[in-house]
Amino acid sequence: MSRPTRTPDLGQPAGASLAAGQPRARRLPRRTATGVFAVLTVLAVLLGLTTGLGVVPLVLLVAVVGTLVVVLLSRAVEGARKATDRFVTCLVVGAFALAMVPLVSLVWTVVSSGLPRLDAEFFHSSMLGILGPGGGVYHAIMGTLVITGITTLMSVPIGLLTAVYLVEYGHGRLKRAITFLVDVMTGIPSIVAGLFAYALFVIFFGEGVRMGFGGAVALSVLMVPVVVRSAEEVLKLVPNELREASYALGVPKWRTIVKVVLPTAVAGLGTGITLAIARVIGETAPLLVIAGTTTATNLDPFDGRMATLPVFAYYQLTQPGVPPEDGINRAWTAALVLIAIVLVLNLVARLIGRVFAPKTGR
Amino acid sequence: MTATSAPAQPPTRRPVRSLGDRLFAGSATGAGILILLLLAGVAAFLVVQSVPAVTAPADSIPGGEGIVAYVWPLVFGTLLAAVIALLVATPLAIGIALFTTYYAPRRVAQPLGYLVDLLAAIPSVVYGFWGIAWLAPHLVPSYRWLDEHAGWLPFFAGPASATGRTMLTAGLVLAIMILPIISAISREVFSQVPSLHREAALALGATRWEMIRMAVLPYGRSGVIGGAMLGLGRALGETLAVALVLSVTSGLVTVNLISSSNPATIAANIALNFPEATGIGVNALIASGLALFVITFAVNLLARAVVNRRAEFSE
Amino acid sequence: MAKRIDVSDLDIYYGDFLAVQDVTVSIEPRSITALIGPSGCGKSTFLRSLNRMHEVIPGARVEGKVVMDGVDLYGVDTDPVAVRRQIGMVFQRPNPFPTMSIYDNVVAGVRLNGKRVKKADLDALAERSLRGANLWDEVKDRLDRPGAGLSGGQQQRLCIARAIAVEPDVLLMDEPCSALDPISTLAIEDLMTELKERFTIVIVTHNMQQAARVSEHTGFFNLSGVGQPGRLIEFNPTEKIFSNPDEKATEDYISGRFG
Repeated sequence: MSRPTRTPDLGQPAGASLAAGQPRARRLPRRTATGVFAVLTVLAVLLGLTTGLGVVPLVLLVAVVGTLVVVLLSRAVEGARKATDRFVTCLVVGAFALAMVPLVSLVWTVVSSGLPRLDAEFFHSSMLGILGPGGGVYHAIMGTLVITGITTLMSVPIGLLTAVYLVEYGHGRLKRAITFLVDVMTGIPSIVAGLFAYALFVIFFGEGVRMGFGGAVALSVLMVPVVVRSAEEVLKLVPNELREASYALGVPKWRTIVKVVLPTAVAGLGTGITLAIARVIGETAPLLVIAGTTTATNLDPFDGRMATLPVFAYYQLTQPGVPPEDGINRAWTAALVLIAIVLVLNLVARLIGRVFAPKTGR
Repeated sequence: MTATSAPAQPPTRRPVRSLGDRLFAGSATGAGILILLLLAGVAAFLVVQSVPAVTAPADSIPGGEGIVAYVWPLVFGTLLAAVIALLVATPLAIGIALFTTYYAPRRVAQPLGYLVDLLAAIPSVVYGFWGIAWLAPHLVPSYRWLDEHAGWLPFFAGPASATGRTMLTAGLVLAIMILPIISAISREVFSQVPSLHREAALALGATRWEMIRMAVLPYGRSGVIGGAMLGLGRALGETLAVALVLSVTSGLVTVNLISSSNPATIAANIALNFPEATGIGVNALIASGLALFVITFAVNLLARAVVNRRAEFSE
Repeated sequence: MAKRIDVSDLDIYYGDFLAVQDVTVSIEPRSITALIGPSGCGKSTFLRSLNRMHEVIPGARVEGKVVMDGVDLYGVDTDPVAVRRQIGMVFQRPNPFPTMSIYDNVVAGVRLNGKRVKKADLDALAERSLRGANLWDEVKDRLDRPGAGLSGGQQQRLCIARAIAVEPDVLLMDEPCSALDPISTLAIEDLMTELKERFTIVIVTHNMQQAARVSEHTGFFNLSGVGQPGRLIEFNPTEKIFSNPDEKATEDYISGRFG
């Protein structure tokens, strides 16, 4: 990765310190900005304790006042150009800090609200016959596993073969068309994929059709383009020399692809597929439309409604029953489990990249 | 082919290929074509199921005034939420991308980048949970303040929602969701700025910001635009976060962003109503889904064209 | 089993671009034929057309005849895959398969083609090929280690072992030493002199001393200008090329007056 070399001293006009007889351009001491913000933060904490102001206005206050102080200081000491530079630095750092607020608060909210019901019963029992406390997500987790499993079984071959076509065989207009439409397909809204599955299945099964397999079809529409794109990138990275080495041994093209190209790329392919699974496993909208939900465990994807973890969480929050606390607690715990699954999959994806990378050790 | 230097071409002969090769090449090509068919199928089936809603008498459509009157407020709500998200997310994403490429200490830049990417991994429904439980209540005081002090603007006409489940909240949640998309693409183009350009700027005695303004932003502009449009496409189609956060009044068209009655978005409306819909109601929902499909398709088409043109240009 | 190759009136194209024009030459069995010439003159392209590796590049094609012991390699019903099995190739940069061990690399030609071979036969083949490539003593204790972990010169000899394990008739070498240090180069040159007892060898080289050292025959390729096709200017016994060439251009090139 190309990264800029950091040369803070170039911040001043280049000729300034070189010109004979001129003093070195005046600069604020290092860490001035850090110091200003630290002092302001301490003041804000005191202010918050004494006046009872909320966290949000206090943080805003620190950010605005701090930026102002730094910019004015810099303007007085270092000049207008440097002041603008410092102002932008404050903005850029602020933008990043702001983006961390939702991440931290989201994780905190989900963990703290989800922990109370994170017990063994939650994983062992379904919602069959549950009114009020108790119950769990066994049925929803099984549904998610079945639907995601079928989705993966359908999407990976199609996606992988398409990527092979694009990298190894494709040329001309068909290749360009597929590349472009796969790109566009990555932008299909998930709910539209759900509607597509419904519109397709309603022809065979009549109005109001709900089945797990439909959910898998909908998720495949979302997963295939992700698999294609990541596999395409990885296959392109396989050096052409290896294909040539194999051809020169009298190996046909298809065996070269299956036995040389794909094994060489296996780490990247594994990472890409795992990330694609992580992407669809949390999808709610299409399953809401075509898979519906139930309270009982249903493992047959062709036999009517099937509960899934995200849909379960959604319904437990929006229709918690009486009293609402039990449902809402289950919803948060389901959300916590969902996040945990997605994060673990992301972690696994990275591990696959490490473990299966071709070894060169002596 | 133009025959400039080539003499008369020999009769084209089919190259000898083994059965395995033909089968494998065939199935790879077939998979590619299957994807084209799938995309065509999505459009075709949506159209087929939308037709009944378009041809049905106006009073049988929910709302009683025909399909256009049904879909229009939803389209409006969709665009409104997405535009808010885009306006908030784009500058933030550029800031984040600059932070991870040019401001953060080198050692922590990559892990911090992962943190932002993590925002993209969180499922939509969880964002909805967080929006209702944390963001909306925390925004209520601000909405009250806006209502009191900026109420003369149509956007803040109020009355301020007591739950915070407003269009602005939905837009902000969407902004957070598309942030990683825009910042990832911006980060990529920013890090590709030729070091020659950057060093030329620094050699002229530019400050870091001047270097970025002179060398980085012009170079990355089309990439940022493309990324923003991809983000827009995502925001238009986001479903559950909006369905959970937004407090909806059907058929409403308003730019009031902080009240408790808001137009729904297409996707949220489908999620809220599809499970209980029957008969022509289902067709009306699918028709609105078709409208969403067309809008996002157009936006993505445009976005890809912008991004791809840049890719060709830089090669 | 070494075979003779007769090339007549060969034109080689990349799409519409004529890269090499009108080559007619006979390559003798059980000898080393060197191809020299300035960069971009088409000697590597010509080499790759001998085992139909040229057409792997999209749009690339060939007109004319390449005949090996009476069989037209570009005949209508000739399978390019079968041609490559008879005419092996070693590339400029060593390219062992990174996912395979040293052992698997050597027997890759057999394994990848899905042949069922007994383990003992495979072991024998691996040892025979590695010995043939003068690599056996260096790697016999670590056959299960990754091939990519060897040094550059060892990797190149591994690639030669891999090529001869398929038991081809002809071995094409495309600047096999250009990425190697002098000692590894010497090892490969010694190896070539041994291998020519069993194979017909054609080598492309930028190193004229190398051509003079190892080859029996030398062909000089040149092009008259940028964008013009490359041609085979002269083909003669190596001794004659380097002492008393027929063509002025050859003499100029060899004496270092251009190129």
